[in-house]
Amino acid sequence: MDFSLKNEYEMARTLFRDFAQKEVAPLAVEIDENHRFPTETLKKMQQNGFMGIPFSKEWGGQGCDYLTYVLAVEEISKVCGTTGVILSAHTSLGAGAINELGTPEQKEKFLRSLVDGRKLGAFALTEPDAGTDAAGQQTKAVLDGDEWVINGNKIFITNAGEADIYVVFAMTDKSAGTRGISAFIVEKGTPGFEFGVNEKKMGIRGSATRELIFRDCRIPKENLLGREGKGFGVAMGTLDGGRIGIAAQALGIAEGALEKTIEYVKERKQFGRPISAFQNTQFTLAEMKTEIEAARYLVYLAASKFDKGEKFGTEAAMAKLKASRVASWVTDQAVQLHGGYGYIQDYEIERMMRDAKITEIYEGTSEVMLMVISGALLK
Amino acid sequence: MKIIVCIKQVPDTTEVRLDPKTGTLIREGVPSIMNPDDKAGLEAALRLKDEYGAHVSVITMGPYQAKAVLREAFAMGADAAYLVTDRAFAASDTWATSSILAGAISKLEYDLIITGRQAIDGDTAQVGPEIAEHLGIPNVSYAEELHLEGDEIVVKRQFEDYSHLVRAKLPALITAMGELNTPRYMTPGGIFDAFRAKEIVEWNRVDVPVDDGDIGYRGSPTRVVKSFPKTVKVPGMKIEEGVEESAEFILDKLKEKYLL
Repeated sequence: MDFSLKNEYEMARTLFRDFAQKEVAPLAVEIDENHRFPTETLKKMQQNGFMGIPFSKEWGGQGCDYLTYVLAVEEISKVCGTTGVILSAHTSLGAGAINELGTPEQKEKFLRSLVDGRKLGAFALTEPDAGTDAAGQQTKAVLDGDEWVINGNKIFITNAGEADIYVVFAMTDKSAGTRGISAFIVEKGTPGFEFGVNEKKMGIRGSATRELIFRDCRIPKENLLGREGKGFGVAMGTLDGGRIGIAAQALGIAEGALEKTIEYVKERKQFGRPISAFQNTQFTLAEMKTEIEAARYLVYLAASKFDKGEKFGTEAAMAKLKASRVASWVTDQAVQLHGGYGYIQDYEIERMMRDAKITEIYEGTSEVMLMVISGALLK
Repeated sequence: MKIIVCIKQVPDTTEVRLDPKTGTLIREGVPSIMNPDDKAGLEAALRLKDEYGAHVSVITMGPYQAKAVLREAFAMGADAAYLVTDRAFAASDTWATSSILAGAISKLEYDLIITGRQAIDGDTAQVGPEIAEHLGIPNVSYAEELHLEGDEIVVKRQFEDYSHLVRAKLPALITAMGELNTPRYMTPGGIFDAFRAKEIVEWNRVDVPVDDGDIGYRGSPTRVVKSFPKTVKVPGMKIEEGVEESAEFILDKLKEKYLL
């Protein structure tokens, strides 16, 4: 068993870290404060191949793997959780679903532009009454001649409004329950497809989170993704991969908070000594680091299993459960060690704490992760 | 068009310190990087490739660890990479290094050779121009802008407070300033290919046509007698008076220090 990363992964990490420091970190405070989508950073990520990391060169991707993509999300999230989730939602969900289930024609038409950096992707499953209970979809799609007609609303959609290509789930047979859900590819600009307001969020404020509104939105018949009635499986399979991305985001946020805290405790003096001289500080840092490393290996394990083509759903759930809890706990401890300064915007720690919380909620709550893991134990 | 870029792996001098007792560089624990001027030179070559189409080779002399900068060059877009390595080449000064590199380069086809202006660990700025001398081709140093015109390279060459516009017939060698450009990032796929798909060609002593008298310690006429840290400059003085008074004050200070 070898826990070290091969040289190519280390060099990729160096690239991602360098990029994150130079291009992402300088904007992190401002985009959070103004709830502003970092268009300029996205453009740079697109130009440098970051939006197609795990996808085949055949479709314009980078030909790397999920582990490399995880390192990218991790390093970027160390300095900015917002930018981490933009990359993750695009890669794992939007492009990921089309990569897994698209026909060669769909891949040529949609996947290529997503992974070569021309377009941004998104994934729309959640509805006002269908969150964790994804089977309660109300959005409907009806075949009319050569077109599907979609009606309904999706909420809390990451990258909404900014993305060009959306994987959208809708009921094609209400009577069939989860077997009546189908997946579709919808392009921005299609008549009858509009966006709601950008949600004001607690964290990851620079990311776009909006409602998708479909009113008699007509899309070509051939935009059905996968088979009719098989959408629920598409959603669940895609989310398994997405959870690894979110786990990587959580891991990165936690590491970023620890790095900032280590710098801070060496400089902050109380009672005539840097607070790093106090055992309370030392032990807290040790606990933080240990939790982070435990999370890291679960995240990398899930990514490795994905890359080997093995079953990884349970590992992805464990990775997300652990890493998201670690992110919340570590950032909480980081604020505590920063004291009053930790509560002030300039020190960035409070942002990391706000960014961390969502990782316990989206792409499956921690409770859903517990269901997935226990389900595997008891089957 | 065939372009050869000479690159060097150097310690990141922003993180390097001198041992105050011995006066030598403390290299332990210091990350190694591609020399910044060389990286600008590589970027210039890759831009020529993007614009006109070119085959870009990188070459470095150094130990096996130097493969890291060759891989980085692959990951940025270089097409071929050569590592010139042998114990016999160790301790070479600029004369020996340029002799060895020129020998190695003479085995390759080239229209343009680009080196960095100077390496941040030696700061000599000699190796590039010396390679041009050995190969008998024109050399334009301190390039801050360049483009091709037919079979000529046109270079804006930096001087202290003015610039030269210089034309040179190809094949030629230019030395690149960091100011020439902002080097591109590696791509993730480029990194994977650098390790999994592309091969670094390794050349040892026997592969390089160069005289024994021009290599290694014995082929090096330069001797570094001593290295020592520079004396730290004292902070400057700010004068907030009118123009006349300030000028008078400065004149007095200069006289006081016997500088006038």
